[in-house]
Amino acid sequence: MSTETETATAVDRAGPTGAVPAPRRGRVGRPTLSEGKRAERRLGWLLCAPAALVMLAVTAYPILYSVWLSLQRFDLKFPDEREFVGLANYVTVLTNDYWWTAFGVTMLITVVTVAVELVLGMGLAVVMHRTIVGRGLVRTSALIPYGIVTVVAAFSWRYAWTPGTGYLATLFGEGAPLTERASALAIIMLAEIWKTTPFMALLLMAGLALVPEDLLKAASMDGATAWQRFTRVMLPVMKPAILVALLFRTLDAFRVFDNIFVLTAGANETSSVSMLAYNNLIRGLNLGIGSTMSVLIFLAVAIIAFVFVKLFGTAAPGSTDEGGRR
Amino acid sequence: MADIVLDKVSKSFPDGTVAVRDVDLEIADGEFVILVGPSGCGKSTTLNMIAGLEDISSGELRIDGERVNDRAPRDRDIAMVFQSYALYPNMTVRENMAFPLRLAKLDRATIEQKVAEAAKVLELTPLLDRKPANLSGGQRQRVAMGRAIVRSPKAFLMDEPLSNLDAKLRVQMRTVVSRLQKQLGTTTVYVTHDQTEAMTLGDRVVIMRGGAVQQIGPPQELYDHPANLFVAGFIGSPSMNFLHAAVEEERLRTAVGDVPLGDRLRRELAAEDAPRELILGIRPEHFEDAGLVDEQTRGRGTEFEAPVEIVESMGSDKYVYLTVSGERASAAELEELAADVGADGFGGGAANLVTRLSAESTVAEGENRRLWFNLEKIHLFDPSNGRNLTLHEGRAAGALAS
Ligand SMILES: Nc1ncnc2c1ncn2[C@@H]1O[C@H](COP(=O)(O)OP(=O)(O)OP(=O)(O)O)[C@@H](O)[C@H]1O
Ligand SMILES: [Mg+2]
Repeated sequence: MSTETETATAVDRAGPTGAVPAPRRGRVGRPTLSEGKRAERRLGWLLCAPAALVMLAVTAYPILYSVWLSLQRFDLKFPDEREFVGLANYVTVLTNDYWWTAFGVTMLITVVTVAVELVLGMGLAVVMHRTIVGRGLVRTSALIPYGIVTVVAAFSWRYAWTPGTGYLATLFGEGAPLTERASALAIIMLAEIWKTTPFMALLLMAGLALVPEDLLKAASMDGATAWQRFTRVMLPVMKPAILVALLFRTLDAFRVFDNIFVLTAGANETSSVSMLAYNNLIRGLNLGIGSTMSVLIFLAVAIIAFVFVKLFGTAAPGSTDEGGRR
Repeated sequence: MADIVLDKVSKSFPDGTVAVRDVDLEIADGEFVILVGPSGCGKSTTLNMIAGLEDISSGELRIDGERVNDRAPRDRDIAMVFQSYALYPNMTVRENMAFPLRLAKLDRATIEQKVAEAAKVLELTPLLDRKPANLSGGQRQRVAMGRAIVRSPKAFLMDEPLSNLDAKLRVQMRTVVSRLQKQLGTTTVYVTHDQTEAMTLGDRVVIMRGGAVQQIGPPQELYDHPANLFVAGFIGSPSMNFLHAAVEEERLRTAVGDVPLGDRLRRELAAEDAPRELILGIRPEHFEDAGLVDEQTRGRGTEFEAPVEIVESMGSDKYVYLTVSGERASAAELEELAADVGADGFGGGAANLVTRLSAESTVAEGENRRLWFNLEKIHLFDPSNGRNLTLHEGRAAGALAS
């Protein structure tokens, strides 16, 4: 995806400088592209064609296939009863309590983890950006959680919270925290946050580097306190980077799976929608219902992405401001 | 309105770089002071220390008699204009200018009025609702100035505010800055690379080199009475000609003939540890076509003959480039100056001379021409430390002073 857009923009950018202004002849009043422009546009399409084809092969086909599956009654336990049922599966899922519970859990995890990660990540980014001594060490150690395979990390959290073996389990009196809904969800979120805050920090740090030092100096001269510099100067300039970070993390968080799988396996109503889809699809072998859920998750993710891209739209003038300076 | 005093101010960075060394500077209330010097000489660092953006390693900074070393920038009530303008990209021109006032918690009406006033002075009124991205370089520069003047600070600090503008606009903005400063009468410290800016703008100019102050004074004084080789070479365009001079009894042997010495210099050079070699400095305008010098003036100078290479007629006068054979002048200062200009203009090759002659001169390229130069206006420098030997009690007196 990214390679595709990059090629396209690179070609676009080369456009105005690279194009030889062809003599404009005939057909007055009709805005036609010059020869050079058109050739370049064709080259642009050709350059991104391979990437686009691969993308289609590996994403469009499975997506369409699961849409097709979601319109059928198709349970591998009863293969003979396969039939086309239209939107019946969607009605079944959307009127089902399990689905909505899982949806609620997913939303909760998404909102809480992304919000906390944003705050912590910003703090971490500022620290990493500002440290002068031992910069490498600080950055490396901050990134360690992100470097550990999620499942491995999840297991270590599980053992840590398991009574008898864990060093954390006894922290909150007796009981087994992973067997109660509230504490289990809290632990899942904790594991998620611990794991992905560094990623957030990394993205935000790229944004911090965008803030010119002079701008902050100017703000201090204008009488801004450190906090005012942060909120009135840094954040607005960083807005595009923050939105990218939020988009990535929201999409990721919405598909939360591995931590839940390892920590609770979805017990005590701690399933996320991905977990539920997995249970139906792989465990329950119900391809129809499972695919329906997958398609719904896909739609939810698409909506999130759409909303963010809309927000980008409003941020875009700000970001071109940036490029336009100097 | 305030006076600013730097008392032995120094700055060393954590990596050991000493960027500014023992700078003593007293800036009077309402004065326009220029800091000038080659790249990396510590101008910005000095300015940042006055602003409070850099800590002062040692020494004392006083504003209005009060020690402010440890005060945050926002408590010093000083405004700064940056080379990059540092406009807030997310705010309109109006918001940019109102920013310091809003932080100072002024009421809306006052802010509105002050911004409108400043915008009017700087002719920004029609642009108030634009974003900085949609302004030209000159307009951005004016917004940056506007943001500085709205809150009537005690002092303005400007770090090469015009260097991102093209040559024509720079000249134009120079007069804007000058007029504005006179109008407001606010103490101003202005950093620049450009010696023309330094000469034309300031009440006083501070020339820095390698973190140390070389000389402080009004532009004309620096031009006429440079304290050392560096100042002499830095100020003036085209710059002073430097030639090697060997000390011989009562005279100097140079590529432009023998230069007689006055009593005072002779006494000085007779000392045991006196230098045996000097650097002779002559400004281009102190040469003249020997044929055009009247008898009375002729006696104050000496003549020599040299092949003319290039003649550039400027209408009002002629720039004539000559080559004279002889050893080239060499000193650390000259090399540094040459490096800053990015050329070997200082005593390079077989000593090239740049002279400025009257327009009436009939000098032609390729001929051998007799030229005259004024001995009362020449400077002699000690190559080991750059000191101007002709300087006596702060005045340059030429070679013949007794
Ligand atoms: N943060 C820093 N750490 C170490 N050395 C520094 C730092 N900032 C500046 N210096 C050094 O201090 C010296 C003075 O720098 P400064 O920025 O004041 O120069 P300047 O006179 O403003 O030059 P220019 O005309 O190029 O802007 C330079 O040698 C520079 O390399
Ligand atoms: Mg500088």
